[in-house]
Amino acid sequence: MSHNEERVAAEIERIKKGGPEKYHERNRKQHRLFARDRLKLLLDNGQIEFEDGMFAENQNPELPADAIITGVGRIHGRPIAFSASDSTVKAGAAGEKSVQKSLRIQEMAMQMRIPFFYLIDSAGARITDQIRLFPGRNHGGRTFYNQIKMSGVVPQIALMFGPSPAGSAYTPAFADIAIMVEGNASAYLGSPRMAEMVTREKVTLEEMGGARMHCSVSGLGDFLATDEEHAIQIARDYFRYMPQNYLEQPTDAASVAPTSDRPLRDIVPEAQNRPFNMYDFLDTLVDGGSFLEIKKLFAPEIITGLARLNGRAVGIVANQPRVKGGVIFVDSSDKATRFINICNAFNIPLLFLADVSGFMIGAAVERAGIIRHGAKLIAAVSQATVPKISVIVRKCYGAGLYAMAGPAFGSDAVLALPTAQIAVMGPEAAINAVFANQIAEMPEEQREPFRKMMEARYAEDIDIFRLASELIVDTITPFDALRGELITRYNIYQTKSEPFAERRNPIYPV
Amino acid sequence: MKYVAANMAGVVLEYHVKPGDTISVDQDVVTLESMKMQIPIQSTVNGTVKTIKVKEGEFVDDGDVLLEVE
Repeated sequence: MSHNEERVAAEIERIKKGGPEKYHERNRKQHRLFARDRLKLLLDNGQIEFEDGMFAENQNPELPADAIITGVGRIHGRPIAFSASDSTVKAGAAGEKSVQKSLRIQEMAMQMRIPFFYLIDSAGARITDQIRLFPGRNHGGRTFYNQIKMSGVVPQIALMFGPSPAGSAYTPAFADIAIMVEGNASAYLGSPRMAEMVTREKVTLEEMGGARMHCSVSGLGDFLATDEEHAIQIARDYFRYMPQNYLEQPTDAASVAPTSDRPLRDIVPEAQNRPFNMYDFLDTLVDGGSFLEIKKLFAPEIITGLARLNGRAVGIVANQPRVKGGVIFVDSSDKATRFINICNAFNIPLLFLADVSGFMIGAAVERAGIIRHGAKLIAAVSQATVPKISVIVRKCYGAGLYAMAGPAFGSDAVLALPTAQIAVMGPEAAINAVFANQIAEMPEEQREPFRKMMEARYAEDIDIFRLASELIVDTITPFDALRGELITRYNIYQTKSEPFAERRNPIYPV
Repeated sequence: MKYVAANMAGVVLEYHVKPGDTISVDQDVVTLESMKMQIPIQSTVNGTVKTIKVKEGEFVDDGDVLLEVE
């Protein structure tokens, strides 16, 4: 063996060990895996197919691979690109070569149109290197530019094992999905110490930028994982639903019978105002074990998740009557919008399960921008050109009908269950709106009978058979026929091809 | 003091627990009415109900304390 050959082998061995043992030890104490061990769990057969820039900064013994591992491996047999920061080297903080490696692997993923996985665990950037990694054309900012360019072209999945501070907090934001490990993952623009200088607030890292906060309050996180193994399992499960890129279709799985055989008619109450649990409805409707909920802890009044019907992938947006009456708020609008965008980008048909008395009203939500946030959701629903079915489960009032892909929004079908009711508003509110003055002028004893009579007339007017007769809904589907009807329709709709609008870019509210 | 609070503006329709009852996380403890919907409110804490802070039929805002728990 020549000298250089020996040196290559020795260097590879050294580099693969990462940073000093004391940092490996610290990671173990914090239940954090070594970056290469994470990749072993993520990739098929634990194998990296190839790695680029392994020898970056090899002249400096303190910087194995310059704190980031970039390359290609396979998940479910399909090639994916990855970057994985190594927290045993400079706490994973990026240097000049780390940035160059990140850019190169992103560009490769774009050219080959393969999905990208970001394994995040980094203290940020090495401030000593800032001139060589921060401000320039091919520096840190470019990684975000690339992410934005890749968005909707290839799936981008962020796994957050440790911190993602300051600028790097945008990496999960520009990914499609952020999976955060509780207790260890965090994202924030300024550290608690910096925040205290500006705002005088004393706040812990966990409160300000912890995984649970982001998954339940800010909405940056999509999945709260209990540990690293769990996070990796979620990433692999989520990826089963994704195609390689926007030109491909998600792969089918074997059909599985639903988890529950409890009839839908026993789950949905006749009374429009009674709560029920939409998760029970899903258990009877979709393939058993297939439901993968996204943003479960955030805005739970709307449910978003991927599932399968007869093995075919479908993205579900469902109102949850058990939480806040299923009423749509600012956060629920954001949540559903983003989910619809993911599904539409990657050719996943959409299923809306509507049971909603509308958007929340009142000064608090108006000040928070409920109109523009709701408009954003309605825009996302409109421009989604994947197969799109809206099931009117019970009431669907006001702009709730727009948000849940009502007849005017390019839905391929609007199916009414026997309990469906579509109207501008519910009977009680409508009578109050139209006849309030008249009722006020009546003698006390006449008010209630009048109200009852008018409500009965109103109910006749919005009767679901009347709406079906007027072709407002495409059909009334018996409860026990719903699953079969959806399977059949999605099968037919799979060849749908419909561009939405030609333009430079839309100007929707944000 | 631990407590259970309203998660949106509405009227207290019915309490399902009374002072002295033991409650646990995720248990439905009170129903609000808002936007013409009955809205079950789940406990976010484990403990014993100490006091009921708002009477049935009264209005509550988002975040108002409904039950004090110890």
